[in-house]
Order: sequence, then C-alpha cells, then structure tokens
Amino acid sequence: MRFRMTTLSLAGAAMMTVAATICGPLLPGTAAAQSGDADWEKEPYIIRDGKVDYGTYNGFRRYHSSCHVCHGPDAMGSSYAPALKDSMKNLTYSEFLEVVVNGRQARNGGQDSVMPAFAEAEDVMLYIDHIYAYLKARSDDKVGRGRPERLEPEEDPVFKEWKANQ
Amino acid sequence: MQRFRLLGALTAVALTASSAALANDELLKMQENASDWVMPLGNYSSTRYSELDQINKENVGDLQVAWTFSTGVLRGHEGGPLVIGDVMYIHTPFPNKVFALDLKDNGRIIWKYEPRQDPNVIPVMCCDTVNRGVAYGDGTIFLHQADTTLVALDAATGEVKWSKKNGDPGKGETGTMAPMVAGDKVIIGISGGEFGIQGHLTAYNMSDGSIAWRGYSQGPDDMLLVDPEQTTHLGEPIGTDSSLKTWEGDQWKLGGGATWGWLSYDPELNLVYYGSGNPGTWNPVQRPGDNRWSMTIFARDLDTGMTKWLYQMTPHDEWDYDGVNEMILADLEIDGQQRKTLVHFDRNGFGYTMDRETGELLVAEKYDPAVNWATHVDMETGRPEVVAQYSTHQNGADVNSEGICPAALGSKDQQPAAYSPKTGLFYVPTNHVCMDYEPFEVSYTAGQPFVGATLSMYPAPGGDHLGNFIAWDATKGEIVWSKEEPFSVWSGALATAGDVVFYGTLEGYLKAVDTMSGEELYSFKTPSGIIGNVNTFEHDGKQYVAVLSGIGGWAGIGLAAGLTESTEGLGAVGAYQSLANYTNLGGQLTVFAVPN
Repeated sequence: MRFRMTTLSLAGAAMMTVAATICGPLLPGTAAAQSGDADWEKEPYIIRDGKVDYGTYNGFRRYHSSCHVCHGPDAMGSSYAPALKDSMKNLTYSEFLEVVVNGRQARNGGQDSVMPAFAEAEDVMLYIDHIYAYLKARSDDKVGRGRPERLEPEEDPVFKEWKANQ
Repeated sequence: MQRFRLLGALTAVALTASSAALANDELLKMQENASDWVMPLGNYSSTRYSELDQINKENVGDLQVAWTFSTGVLRGHEGGPLVIGDVMYIHTPFPNKVFALDLKDNGRIIWKYEPRQDPNVIPVMCCDTVNRGVAYGDGTIFLHQADTTLVALDAATGEVKWSKKNGDPGKGETGTMAPMVAGDKVIIGISGGEFGIQGHLTAYNMSDGSIAWRGYSQGPDDMLLVDPEQTTHLGEPIGTDSSLKTWEGDQWKLGGGATWGWLSYDPELNLVYYGSGNPGTWNPVQRPGDNRWSMTIFARDLDTGMTKWLYQMTPHDEWDYDGVNEMILADLEIDGQQRKTLVHFDRNGFGYTMDRETGELLVAEKYDPAVNWATHVDMETGRPEVVAQYSTHQNGADVNSEGICPAALGSKDQQPAAYSPKTGLFYVPTNHVCMDYEPFEVSYTAGQPFVGATLSMYPAPGGDHLGNFIAWDATKGEIVWSKEEPFSVWSGALATAGDVVFYGTLEGYLKAVDTMSGEELYSFKTPSGIIGNVNTFEHDGKQYVAVLSGIGGWAGIGLAAGLTESTEGLGAVGAYQSLANYTNLGGQLTVFAVPN
C-alpha cells in the first residue's frame, strides 16, 4: 500500500514534469537503491549469465500487458507505433517518464498517432521503473526477443528489495 | 368528414407498417441478385458465396487488374466494398472515411464522407484502428465510427440523416464492426474487450436512430434480455440470474463480452446470430466462475432482442478465445437428416455445427490439428475438456504456461470464411500459431487496458508456416484439404459458382484456388498486405473481383515485427522472416477482371 501511494503521487508530480528526474530513487524495489541515480538510469538492469533481475523480468510482463498492443512484441514496433527497442536509445529516463505519464500526439503524413496518458493506470505506473529497465535492456541489446530467464530469487538483489517492500 | 379522418389515420398506420416490411423485403430481394454485393458477408446467411461464374476455374489464370483506388489512409484495412447497382461503397480505418465510387467511370468519387473524431479514441482501440465495413438499407449507408457514433448517410449524396452515440470511448468502448440492417432496424455491437467494458448488442430503428432494444452479454436477466424459462442453453432453460451466478460479486460490470464480430439473420426464424468476446481481464485467476455469457453464441429475436437460445463455447476463458467469429447459416444433411444449421469457426480452434432453430450442438471438432488446449468438446454438456498442462488458471498467476495451441489470435480470427452450396464445403482462412501465456494481477482504471497477461507467439510445432487455408466438411467436422501459407491468412474468403475460391494473404497476394483441390490457379501481389475481405460483382455484363489491401490490425502488431522463435521443447523452427520484409503500409482497393 505504501508503494502504491508513492507511485500515484509520483504520477501527479511528473504530470507537471518538474519532479520527473527525482522519480527513480523515490521508487522502492528498483536497482536505484543499489547504485547512484545516474548509474541506474544508464543501466537499470542486472544481467548475469543471461539471466535478468526481477525488475527487468516484471518489466517484460507488464510491457506485454499494457504496451505491446501498439509497440509490438519485444518492443519491436508495429505498423502504427515506433519500436521502443530503437527509440529508447535516444530517450532519457525523465523523457521516457514524461511521455508515459502525459501521452503524446503526432501528425505525420496525414496519419494521427496518439499515445495515451498512463498517469492514472496503476498497471503501468506502479511498475514504470521495471518497464524502463526492460526496455533499456532491449535497446542496449542486452536482452533478446521473448521471455527473459530470471535470476534465482536468492541471487537477485532487486527481487529481495521488492519483496521487502511489499 | 368523420369518415375521411378515420381513413387518413388508417392509411398512416398502414404506411408505417409497410415501410418497415419494405426495407426487409428490399434487402431479402437484393441479396439474391448476384450482380450486387449488398452486405459485408454477401447475404444474411453470411456465406460469402456468389452465383457469378464468368470468372471460373478455366479462365481465372487470365485475371488482370481493371482499376485501383487509394484510400489515402495507412492503417489496417479490414472489411470490404459493397456494390449496389452502379455504385461501390468503401470505408477506411480511422478517420473512417466512406467513399461512393462510380462503377461507370472507373471509380470516380461520387461523394466522400469524413467525420471529425477526437483522436484520443485511437489508443483505446485494441489492435489498430480497423473498421469492418458499412451496411446498406433503404437508400442509406450505415457506419459505426471508431468513437462509437452510428451514422446514417444518404446513399445518393453522403449527407448525414442522423447520428447516435452507441458507447463511451472514455471507458474504452469503441466501434470497429460492420452494422447489419434487418427489418426496420440497424444492429450494431461494441468493441473494447481489453478495457473492461460490458458488451452489448443494440438495435436502432432505422428511420430515426431511436433505440429499439439493447441486450448485454452479462448482467441481470433484464439487461441480458433473456427469459429464465424460455431461453435455452443446449435445450435446457437457463434459469434465473444465469449470468450473475457465474461471476464473483459485481465483476460482471467489467465483464467484457464485447460484440465486435459479424451478424447473421434468418428471416424465417426472425433470429439474429452473433457471438460475444473474452471476459474482462485475461487473468482467469482474478475472475472465478464460468463468466457467462462471454464466449457465447446468441440467437436473438429481431423484433424484441429476446434471446431464444445461447451456447457458451469457452466457459471461464483462460486464453482470450473470443467467440465473435461469423455465424454461417447453411442447410446441411447431418446423419441423413436435413438440418437448418449454423456453422461457426471459433477462435478456440473448434468448428461448431449447431441447429440454428433449437441451439442443439451437432458437431464440434478441431479445424486445425495443432489445437491442444482441450481434448474434445463433451457433446452432452457442451463443455470443452481442458488439458491441465495448458490451463493458465490451474497453472496459476505468475506462471508461464507454455506451448498452448492456438495462440490468443485463435485458429481463426474475425476474417470470415465462405460456404459454397455447390460443393457443400466451407473455406476457412486460419492461423497456425501457438503461444506461451502468463497471467498476472491487474487493476481496473476506466479507459486503460485491462489485460493482465503476457504472451509470446510462434509457429505451431512441426513446421514454420503460420497459416493454412482449408476446406471443411461441417457435417462431419473434417478437413477436406489444407493449403499452407507462410503467414496467417487474415483475409475473408469468397467462393463462387465458377468453382474458385479467393482470399488474400498478409504479404499482399490475392489468390484464387480450386474449390475441390485447393490448387492455386492465380495470384497477384497488391501493394500492401491484405486483411480485407474479397468480394465479387457484375457491372455492365462483366464480372469483377475486388479487395482492400492495407496491412495492420492484430496481424500488424505481432507480424509486422515477426513472431518470436519457438521455445525449446516445441521442435526446432527455421529462421522466421519478418512480414515487414514483404510488405508495407497503404490502403488501396484493387478491382480485377478477365480481359475481353
């Protein structure tokens, strides 16, 4: 419950786009606590022997629940939304958060493209750092297509911290 | 004076009654005229069969493009053209343009309709911004726009006669399906199964757009429009609160059961047939119970909306096997007995043959040998025998169930099949795709996706093709022939008296095959992948075949990127090449003919 409140207030703050950069460390259950914010934003995942931490794994799941109907399986894009596997190479964490929270509209060549605002979607906002970690791992070519294998819980600091916060 | 007034009143009554009957008669007659193509599925029985035989097995190889037309829209183009006399009507995905094209002048634009819609509806449309077509009745073209506006357009001028709002996009309710005109009513369903909507079918009075009736897919009996004593499920009265008893608390309010497929109508029985979609959230653990009446075939009275019978194919769905695919009405001989049947190729991989008068289940067999989630359908109870290994509920939330066939796309999605009374066979475009499925907890927020599962899809084991085009014997439940396709066949089929059956492919080919053998007789690559439905018509003594190209839809999500390779244990699969290497976006109509 504590977790939910943190994130919802975060969503409100990010809507005004001022607090976006301080969001990462506020979220419990991410790798942010293990390292500095800048380091986390650059590499928000832990991968050992091809196995990913809980955050990256959960990001894979949540992405494929809420995002993939437009952005395609494994962040490969669709016939009407960009491949985040590519666009995440050019987005900072705060820019990413800004788009997810507020949505985005674009008109190109007479074709409207609309990304909805997810500020009020718990299934997205509660796990936004996990989704970020997964997409970052995809765009860094650290995670391939399909379901990533998970680190054993006892070897996974992200999972341990996540569990402690539930 | 007194007498005159009375006479006037009588005439008025007679006129109202007869104009209702007229609209019905008009379409009943028009559907018999093979020169026209008056409704999306060809006729009220949804057979997608044409008596035209000028283009036939012998000469179809000489088919050439007669003329083309760009819709100017890039997204997925489902559905197909209508042809009435000298005019063709085509529609587009969002922004939902409608064009009336002059067949006397190679498709000159007679009128164009383009509504202004709030673009915020775009992201609440699952799987692209498709639209499956318009309906004609009484000099009017009816369109269900993305934002759920049902609009009546003057067929001659394109002017708006009336428009009504059928739902609320703010809650994720959208419009994708083609309406159907029957009697004095225009009937339409609602999309939004991935947003926790409460599905319904609504009949509007054609004259002014007032609501005649609305029947929901789940809820209390008065919302369902059922009679606990009279409405039957496999011959048994359904009893009171048949839906409420199968949901926990008020979960039925987010129960899904979207009604986004096709409509059929039997004028003699006066029944409208259609199916309902997946129950709300793809996580079955979160919604215990049978979740009635999602995944259900409905037979409703056209005049009152009252349900005569229904049949739930997939109780407590655990795989997203929407029950919305077309209901084909055919009269077939089964076990030596002539029956009025309804034939339905469900997403769950079973081909059902039912008695459309009584709702009796006659045949339920797999129409893709890959189907493995259930061993068979119990013909007494109508329930599928679910295989525990593939039960995403029994395996539980946060567990990845592997190797389930078919994938959520279904062995077949909405792309309608064809039935030829000449061969007695059904021609079915299918998907040959399997999946891993992991459900997990989700919460409901109005207007936000309410999915709660992640899945990956890949070709069925033992091959690397993703689709088959098959001929099916619905009296026995057997595949007669099957033709492999590299990608899912996502285009509606057309069978003709010329002994050919047409369909489109995701790479963009329009193909013609022999109705008896499946042998390919013709193929032509159109500019974009085909997810539209093929039709045929005759103009000025010449037969034409027409189809919309324009890759997109659900196929455009999964397949534009290419599917993931098969997971270990399912057999090695060759390198899978992405559809993006074969085709690109672009809405275009292509009209074919055999040169003189």
